[in-house]
Amino acid sequence: MFDFVSFFPRAVMQGIPLLLGATGETLTEKSGNLNLGIPGIMYVGGICGVIGAFFYEQSGNVNGILAVLIPLLCCMLGSLLMGLLYCFLTVTLRANQNVTGLAMATFGVGFGNFFGGSLIKLTGSDVPSIALSATSSYFRQSLPFAEKLGAFGKMFLSYGFLAYLAIVIALVSSYVLKRTRVGLQLRAVGESPATADAAGINITRYKFVATCVGSMIAGLGGLYYVMDYACGVWSNDAFGDRGWLAIALVIFTIWRPNVGILSSILFGGLYILYLFIPTGTNLAVKELYKMLPYLVTIVVLIVSSMRNKRENQPPESLGVPYFREER
Amino acid sequence: MANKSGRSVLHISKRGALPWYAAWAIRGAAIVLALIVSGVFTAALTGLNPLGVYAAMIQGAFGTERKVWILGQNLAILLCVSLAVTPAFKMRFWNVGGEGQILIGGLATAACMILLGDKIPNWLLIIVMVVSSVLAGAIWGGIPAICKARWNTNETLFTLMMNYVATQLVAFMVIVWEVPKGAGKIGIINQNTEAGWLPQIGSYKYLLNILVVAALTVVMYFYLTRSKQGYEISVVGESERTARYVGIKVGKVIVRTMMISGGLCGLAGLLLVGGTDHTITTTIAGGRGFTAVMVAWLAKFNPFTMVFTSFLLVFLSRGASEITTIYGLNHSFGDILTGIILFFIIGSEFFINYRLSFLKNTGKGE
Repeated sequence: MFDFVSFFPRAVMQGIPLLLGATGETLTEKSGNLNLGIPGIMYVGGICGVIGAFFYEQSGNVNGILAVLIPLLCCMLGSLLMGLLYCFLTVTLRANQNVTGLAMATFGVGFGNFFGGSLIKLTGSDVPSIALSATSSYFRQSLPFAEKLGAFGKMFLSYGFLAYLAIVIALVSSYVLKRTRVGLQLRAVGESPATADAAGINITRYKFVATCVGSMIAGLGGLYYVMDYACGVWSNDAFGDRGWLAIALVIFTIWRPNVGILSSILFGGLYILYLFIPTGTNLAVKELYKMLPYLVTIVVLIVSSMRNKRENQPPESLGVPYFREER
Repeated sequence: MANKSGRSVLHISKRGALPWYAAWAIRGAAIVLALIVSGVFTAALTGLNPLGVYAAMIQGAFGTERKVWILGQNLAILLCVSLAVTPAFKMRFWNVGGEGQILIGGLATAACMILLGDKIPNWLLIIVMVVSSVLAGAIWGGIPAICKARWNTNETLFTLMMNYVATQLVAFMVIVWEVPKGAGKIGIINQNTEAGWLPQIGSYKYLLNILVVAALTVVMYFYLTRSKQGYEISVVGESERTARYVGIKVGKVIVRTMMISGGLCGLAGLLLVGGTDHTITTTIAGGRGFTAVMVAWLAKFNPFTMVFTSFLLVFLSRGASEITTIYGLNHSFGDILTGIILFFIIGSEFFINYRLSFLKNTGKGE
């Protein structure tokens, strides 16, 4: 029979990287930047964390706090640089957003796989593979009493701190977007930059900050995947198409990070549903199950455009560069 | 872009059209800069002098006759996909679903080869393959277009999602058709009968693909610049409202153009499955659907310029793969180099489109 208690935590663990990626992308898209480089940024975030942790573990004695902080900072620095690059090209140099995003996706995935595959050779160390078990154990540290609480503990308290951080980030982003002045101005930038500009809002600054913060959040998704989900083992292409799925999640949640918390778990569940559905010997059907998250996204995309409700639409100027003199 | 406190003000203004040689000089400078940066980057990692790196790259791309043919084949396929996405882009329809359209075209080809392989004569089989692959791609591209035309559904996101639906569909069919059972792959289709393999011209395996794509390049150029439909595409792309006022049925143009775009991607799938690989995997498109977006954009949607931009990207990836084999680096190295070059070219467009001037601040402000 369907074992929900063991299914749910796995769905959550699949969902957290998507949630972080989607929250980051939502913030970015609210500023009018359609950053298709998110998959690349998540790879870069993951590998930068791995590089930081790798050098720290190589250096000998491992201290718990530093073992968490160093990868965290490296990851955020790496994804910040990617975000800055995207902004510099699309905002300052007014390049096409789709082309820049796709180039960043190519670059980022290549960057992750290259350093993931060559880190050992480049540094000349004598370990067989990148397995950061010490660092990972700190990232996976859950509350000590979680196991005593039975099913409840397993379903809600068994995750590493990044999972809870992801939920907090989503809630905070949602609050900022909806209830604060900064959020209002950010939405104005994404909806109609010309109006926002006339109201005295610094478009460039908002686009930069939103995109860079968004990139850093998305980068954490990559870090969570490597350190927590994959137990600190980097294997090339293992992260797969989760970055694109995160972009799908943004649409699915109709640009609301708080909706993303439950939706990401749903997506995570759909992503691994094939493992839990008894299909017998017919392996082929499992491949069809993997199609589900994308089909669901397409349906949401079509339905929301059909109903054409104003609050459910993408930001009006999404993907359109803003150049003051061009109005 | 007024600088509040500074004495001199950086002023950005839109340029009129630059003469083509000036624009290409800027792009050329960007490519040279990018090559220097990637050379230094490679040298830092491999400890080799940058000139040696370039030599190795040229060696990898043109070293032997076989390598030149592979370069030509890769160039042909990438160019084919780039040509396919171009009409859509000219219409400002962001077709990032090339990947899925190639896969579905390849899948249709493989289906014909497997199911009809020894039942109908070879010439008929090939005709069926061509028709079905183009049709499959056209349908795959047409679905997002219909939604765009009717409900203004976001096409970038829709076509993106269609890629993964196609990938999973191929993964499903691969398991259904796998040979032998449990292998997880199809292997060479019709290895003994060669039924459905596109004919070889002389002893050159890749020549047919190259010729087909060369012809397609010329046709696409005339379609875009000299035909009524091509004109409609540019009007819709420049301004949908204008198009409506002059009586162009915008929805019809969107759907028709996307079906052409998807159909040509399907053709690329045919060339891959029927012409070279004779098998199908989920990775057969190899990211070309995305790379083609950049190729087409860099070439400013001119089919002949696209020959050069796709050559540049194919050269890079072939050259980089040579470096990785020589120095035992990871194959993703090529993606990094491609990324660096693209960033430079993307950035250089700014200096083609805009003029930077330093104004002395006269105190009056702007």
